[in-house]
Amino acid sequence: MSGNLSHLDVLEAEAIYIMREVAAECEKPVMLYSIGKDSSVMLHLALKAFYPEKPPFPFLHIDTTWKFRDMIRFRDETAKRYGIEILVHTNEEGVRQGINPFDHGSSYTDIMKTQALKEALTKGGYTAAFGGGRRDEEKSRAKERIFSFRNSAQGWNPKNQRPEMWKLYNTKLHSGESIRVFPLSNWTEKDIWQYIKKENIPIVPLYFAAERPCVERDGQLIMVDDDRMRLRPGEHVMMKKLRFRTLGCYPLTGGFESGAETIEEVISETLSAVESERTTRVIDSDSGAGSMERRKKEGYF
Amino acid sequence: MRDLLRFIACGSVDDGKSTLIGHILYDSKLLYADQERALELESRVGSRGGKIDYSLLLDGLTEEREQGITIDVAYRYFTTDARSFIVADTPGHEEYTRNMAVGASNADLAVILTDAAKGVVAQTKRHARICSVMGIRHFIFAVNKMDLVHYEEGPFRMIEADIRELAKELGLQEMTIIPVSATEGDNVTRLSANMSWYKGVTLLSCLENVEITEQEKETGFYMPVQRVSRPDHRFRGFQGQIESGEIRIGDEITALPGREKAHIRKILVGDQERTAAYTGQAVTLQLDREIDVSRGSVLERDSSLHVSASVTATLVWMDDRAMERGGSYFVKLGTSLLPGVITRILYKIDVNTGRKLETDTICKNEIGVCMLSFTDQIAVDRFRDHRSLGELILIDRVTFMTSACGVVEQYGGEERPDEIRISEKTRSAAMGQRAVTILFDETEGITRFLLWEVERQLILEGRYAYFIDAPEQAKDRSFIRTVRHLNRAGIIVLVLRGNRAEKKQASETWDNVEVPHAIRYDGEGKDRDGIVSFVKKASSFEYDLSEGALYI
Repeated sequence: MSGNLSHLDVLEAEAIYIMREVAAECEKPVMLYSIGKDSSVMLHLALKAFYPEKPPFPFLHIDTTWKFRDMIRFRDETAKRYGIEILVHTNEEGVRQGINPFDHGSSYTDIMKTQALKEALTKGGYTAAFGGGRRDEEKSRAKERIFSFRNSAQGWNPKNQRPEMWKLYNTKLHSGESIRVFPLSNWTEKDIWQYIKKENIPIVPLYFAAERPCVERDGQLIMVDDDRMRLRPGEHVMMKKLRFRTLGCYPLTGGFESGAETIEEVISETLSAVESERTTRVIDSDSGAGSMERRKKEGYF
Repeated sequence: MRDLLRFIACGSVDDGKSTLIGHILYDSKLLYADQERALELESRVGSRGGKIDYSLLLDGLTEEREQGITIDVAYRYFTTDARSFIVADTPGHEEYTRNMAVGASNADLAVILTDAAKGVVAQTKRHARICSVMGIRHFIFAVNKMDLVHYEEGPFRMIEADIRELAKELGLQEMTIIPVSATEGDNVTRLSANMSWYKGVTLLSCLENVEITEQEKETGFYMPVQRVSRPDHRFRGFQGQIESGEIRIGDEITALPGREKAHIRKILVGDQERTAAYTGQAVTLQLDREIDVSRGSVLERDSSLHVSASVTATLVWMDDRAMERGGSYFVKLGTSLLPGVITRILYKIDVNTGRKLETDTICKNEIGVCMLSFTDQIAVDRFRDHRSLGELILIDRVTFMTSACGVVEQYGGEERPDEIRISEKTRSAAMGQRAVTILFDETEGITRFLLWEVERQLILEGRYAYFIDAPEQAKDRSFIRTVRHLNRAGIIVLVLRGNRAEKKQASETWDNVEVPHAIRYDGEGKDRDGIVSFVKKASSFEYDLSEGALYI
């Protein structure tokens, strides 16, 4: 016996097992690709799981048109580097109506993310969609199964989840239903960072500290990524050395001041962090406890 | 290199599971500041009068917080200097037992709570039993709410004795019993000054130090095949996770169920080429020759796994629809997914006493032992010998619900699906009639002589019918059983209810008795041909029993 696996090895093997089950049993899978660190880990695991084959499913990015420019650049480089297909979907109707994060608040997230995602999944006829969600992110996620069922309207019913025993995943679906699959369910934020380091996985540079133009808004540092950023009275753009713990739409993603320029520094900062990562996401605290659960019932990933 | 302990917290409702886990996280400074702030904020409106309600950390669904109960299993992750933990906090309500079983299936250790004021209750026993069925080997019994019994030793010792008895009955191998107060924190992460009579360790220290390396290593090498990878005609690799043992290049393996042999040519662990691979790793194996291997096959070496089309299994039933003999399901076992039939229900287990009870059905949240037959031969083994090929789930063929989970106690068995006794439906189809019972009333001018004629005419016309007088004794159960037997045998039963004083009483009895397919005769004609045509209509497969017909 060559000894026990480390806790990261166990998590890696579990995620690969899940991906292979989906590829073997589900008719038309797709992997959601959000360009963030969790997506980078997912992509890395998918490449490993099916090697020497390419992953037997496409990748899908929901582009709200307000992502950081660095993210879009990274996405396009990634597709080229691995020779994989990354489909990009945008809610064109929302774009036509000029829906934006400044004027439309939480309905922006609904229209440009949730609705766009539902539209893309329905249009593609996907029966299974991999997401990078982790149970340590939020309390209602902590309750979600690894294989999480959605009705034909892509809604989640938390009160009647299928029992999930051992690793015997039940992937049987009626027509119109689909599954969201979360291979990273049991990972924590620290695991993600340690794995990124161990496997030397490329991630968007925004995770590392650099001098960036930003404004202070509602107690958070919002990066001024392009000239569409609207300044409120009294706000002025300043340069600060900052980095991001999660990535989303730049006007809604708070950065924080940090000196962590390398993965080691990021890890040691994360290990001693006193705030959980979702505090920098404006949308989570929108309507208090239960807001994530509500959005998930409505189809948010 | 830290290892990982997966454990489950279970026990009856309100025994304080969520509070206990919440307290460990809080005490160990394992919360982020914003989580702690949210907790303090939410506690203000809670039931603890402004004191911190640790359970709010776990109960993540709106409905759970509103009702103050746990509905579904919640997972929490924490790390101490000693090891990493994944804890599953599970619901205590009987209704949500299946969610508790979900948590148990992936746990190495169970923390079972009991309320010091209430002691060991049925739900405590049910949970302990399920944990034991699901193969958990390590148990910590936390006798909680010691503050409510003034931290006295007496009540604890009494419960301790009950727990030891339960453990003996279940054959639990390793067990620790700790008196705690989850709300106040006694013996959770620090030893309590309130219970100086307790000489053991704290709950957290027990979790940190329990030795979880498998005592009984499984024999040989085996890997269920998840998928066949065929990027081009030069490469054919078998992907899966090694469930036990070690494999090296050049080793000879056998592919089950076909028992063809080949040698390992190449081993990929993820995308890395290796000369060997071992338990737990996700691999791709290439063989030196083409043999019959597909998803559901098992590659093995010296494992003494079995190939069989039937098993005896202990099942935890999780579906609202009860299980009956003859029930047909999809079975997932290892990476095989195939149809299977319940060929026999041996018994169910009384969760309280552990007694074996004879039964025809197994209902939701019950534990039963059954024989199952598959449509094909698959690789299988006893759960205690090779866990991954001894675990199974049953999937309902219509709703696709996961109806049950179970563990294989024994492989093989004498019964095959085609030898099961034929069902009522099949019998009925063979006889070309639906076996109904039709009720006639003497008060409506129908006599037994008339029904004898009806009976004769039906037989002549190729129907199987039998006339029987209703008993004088209104509560004659054996009569009902006889009617049911005749129906099950495929025979149409004509029952005449008497004109006597007990008629009223008799109909009351009938109202309370379930006789399937019993119809009151409400035809117009009181002559032979009128009745015969009614009976023929009512016993045809097209006749809608729910419409126009009166159930009794």
